[in-house]
Amino acid sequence: MEIPRHWRLKKQRYNLIGEVCPHCEAKIFPPRDVCPHCGEEARTEFAFSGRGEVYSYTTIYDAPAGYEAYAPYTVAIVKLAEGPMITAQLTDLGDQAVQVGMPVEMVTRRLRQDGDERGVIVYGYKFRPALVGAAA
Amino acid sequence: MSDATPTLLKPSRKVGIVGYGAYVPRYRLPAREVARIWQGGQAALPIKEKSVPGLDEDVATMSIEAARNAMLRAGVTPDEIRAVWVGSESHPYAVKPTSTIVAEAIGAAPHVQGADLEFACKAGTEAMVAAIGLVGSSMARYAMAIGMDTAQGRPGDALEYTAAAGGAAFLIGPGEESLAVINSTYSYVTDTPDFWRREYQKYPEHGQRFTGEPAYFKHITEAAKAMMSASGTTAADYQWAVFHQPNSKFPQRVAGQLGFSKEQIAPGLLVPLIGNTYAGAAIIGLTAILDIAQPGDRILMVSFGSGAGSDAFDIHVTEKLAERRERAPKTQDYLARRTEIDYGTYVRYRGKLAMK
Repeated sequence: MEIPRHWRLKKQRYNLIGEVCPHCEAKIFPPRDVCPHCGEEARTEFAFSGRGEVYSYTTIYDAPAGYEAYAPYTVAIVKLAEGPMITAQLTDLGDQAVQVGMPVEMVTRRLRQDGDERGVIVYGYKFRPALVGAAA
Repeated sequence: MSDATPTLLKPSRKVGIVGYGAYVPRYRLPAREVARIWQGGQAALPIKEKSVPGLDEDVATMSIEAARNAMLRAGVTPDEIRAVWVGSESHPYAVKPTSTIVAEAIGAAPHVQGADLEFACKAGTEAMVAAIGLVGSSMARYAMAIGMDTAQGRPGDALEYTAAAGGAAFLIGPGEESLAVINSTYSYVTDTPDFWRREYQKYPEHGQRFTGEPAYFKHITEAAKAMMSASGTTAADYQWAVFHQPNSKFPQRVAGQLGFSKEQIAPGLLVPLIGNTYAGAAIIGLTAILDIAQPGDRILMVSFGSGAGSDAFDIHVTEKLAERRERAPKTQDYLARRTEIDYGTYVRYRGKLAMK
């Protein structure tokens, strides 16, 4: 039962709400209240645009518990337009090949369910190929 | 009352669509694939193909994307939204609102009304009428109305060819800020059991041919005629029209009965390429029309929900549309994003495999 943890993380999970450092202006995700760049306190909320590009990726065939239903799936390190790198699943790939440098955008999707089909559904960010111009 | 002249629903101040957004999942199941599995490939196909949601999609995630598109077009701050209403017959939970998830994800929570509406395929337009009331009474500046479905079809049933996924979101607000003003609405509702799904049942049942004349055609034509008669209009006064689209035939036939041409319904007729998106079906057609409409254009939209009822809308496009529609992906962008799947993949994506 991890309901409180999921509930606490909903802002960053649904909307990529991180922080901006008031001292060195670095953008921070996930939020950690201390700037990893200058070591000063950083508690100012910042909403990321959700745009970024694939920095690296791998395909998971042997999924960890809770994610079996989605395998095989692709996990990427995404470099956000504002700077930070985050790890997330790629989705809506269809038959599209993934490439380093591929432009992606954040979408809110089902991540997993808490336990079995009786459990709460956990939603959060994934990234997909940027929609407009990517259809070809 | 039944013989009295129907009165249009008209807000006491002008109300309209401030922003709109569509969503259609990426995957498509051709109708010939369903025919291959269940009819030996021998079947008259009601559509070309239907949209299928991915494994991580449901009415909440799809509503979030459509609502975000509507917010991009509206360009207003989300804390001014005072209601988020989601109409669907495939809410991910039996008990726990979809609307709270959507409201949180678009930044509208916590000072907001939230509720999930159900009325088969007209739950989305019902949400729109409620939003018009809330804004029209000046209780709220903005209200978000969404119609979205991941429709269920029993394997092998006629509905499996068409039961699709998609929908649209509309931010309803003051008329002077609107890209399209909603002049009035009119609803026609009776107790007609043409299609239903009982509690705990996975798939819906339908009354075969009963779904046509006494249900779809009766309710849509009554609503449309009452709307046009009370507005003093005829089909010729509208540049565009869109009707609930459960298959390719019905909306074309009802358009003809009401005096609308093929050209008037062409841009909103999406069912051949995405299937029947249920609560999203009429309104996603409206988004495709708004993607191409010109200032001054008048649009008639009539939804239909089994059980049964129709909501008719008389809509007037303003000069604000041209600039705002460029701010978010168009409905045709979602149609162009297309990956064809086979029946086996469809069975997996829609959770039709018994795993235990």
